[in-house]
Amino acid sequence: MTRLNPEPVQVIKQRRDAGLARLVAAIPYIGFLGVEFIRHGDELTAILPYKESLIGDASVPALHGGATAAFMEIAALVELSWSTGWAAVESGALSQETLPDMPKTIDFTMDYLRPGLPRDAYARARVNRSGRRYASVHVEAWQDNRSRLFAQATGHFLMPENDRDH
Amino acid sequence: MSSDETTPDRAAAQGAVKRDTVDAARAFIARLPHCAALNMTVQHLDAGQAELMMPYDTRLIGDPQSGVIHGGAVSALMDTSCGAAVMAHPSAPKSTATLDLRIDYMRPATPGQRLLARAQVFRVTRTVAFVRAVTYDENEASGPVAQATGAFTIERSTGDA
Repeated sequence: MTRLNPEPVQVIKQRRDAGLARLVAAIPYIGFLGVEFIRHGDELTAILPYKESLIGDASVPALHGGATAAFMEIAALVELSWSTGWAAVESGALSQETLPDMPKTIDFTMDYLRPGLPRDAYARARVNRSGRRYASVHVEAWQDNRSRLFAQATGHFLMPENDRDH
Repeated sequence: MSSDETTPDRAAAQGAVKRDTVDAARAFIARLPHCAALNMTVQHLDAGQAELMMPYDTRLIGDPQSGVIHGGAVSALMDTSCGAAVMAHPSAPKSTATLDLRIDYMRPATPGQRLLARAQVFRVTRTVAFVRAVTYDENEASGPVAQATGAFTIERSTGDA
């Protein structure tokens, strides 16, 4: 019995990072807000680097609720595309072929727990249910302390048609 | 019933909208850097009501294949219009912040068209405002692009509460 040699770690990392970079680069609004992603294995953390244009009320100052909302929706959408497209990431298809259709947001409910401070924010999304047609995703966003969320959100998404036949 | 529980309809009927309240609300929106980044403008303000416009911009695209703008940008427009409606309420809040906001995306916004969000305060208590908003593109006959329901904090001037 022969055992295949595992791929070198840098080959795997390069393929996964290329897939993630392609997914993120395809959406102009992610670049407009400046959202970045850090990947550990298949776990994604979204980062919203602070900039002045994210501020809502300048007299407070605090992050605009709309910027926080957009950040969490991006985190949810990228996590959902990433997790459902993991097979395409691992086969290298995501970094070579045309990008799959993105899921569409049906609804998104945001819960603002404390003001967003004028500094970097982080978010992680969890796909709680992913069916052929619908998915439910929860997002947690924090700044200095992982356990002190400043916002959270739940959204429902319509999965792209081309994924429904699988 | 205390004056800060007045509904917008009743307030309007009483002619209770103060010019300086509306001006304060306009000023409030004008100093929001994120709204400037999205090129939002106040089209109309009235007692507990606000109408904000956001032009189409390719930088806001969420779906590169269709050119439809990202839901997040629509969220920002609706959140701001709801906040503006709260600030334009006759009870003249000093400041407001979003407690929660639910957005329903009912159809894709037509690429190339501006979005118009109309928000209305339905109920105000001493501490909370309940607000609804609807967003249309230029094909208003095709129905709303999105709707929102939210609860907003009310900051009163000290001694006002």
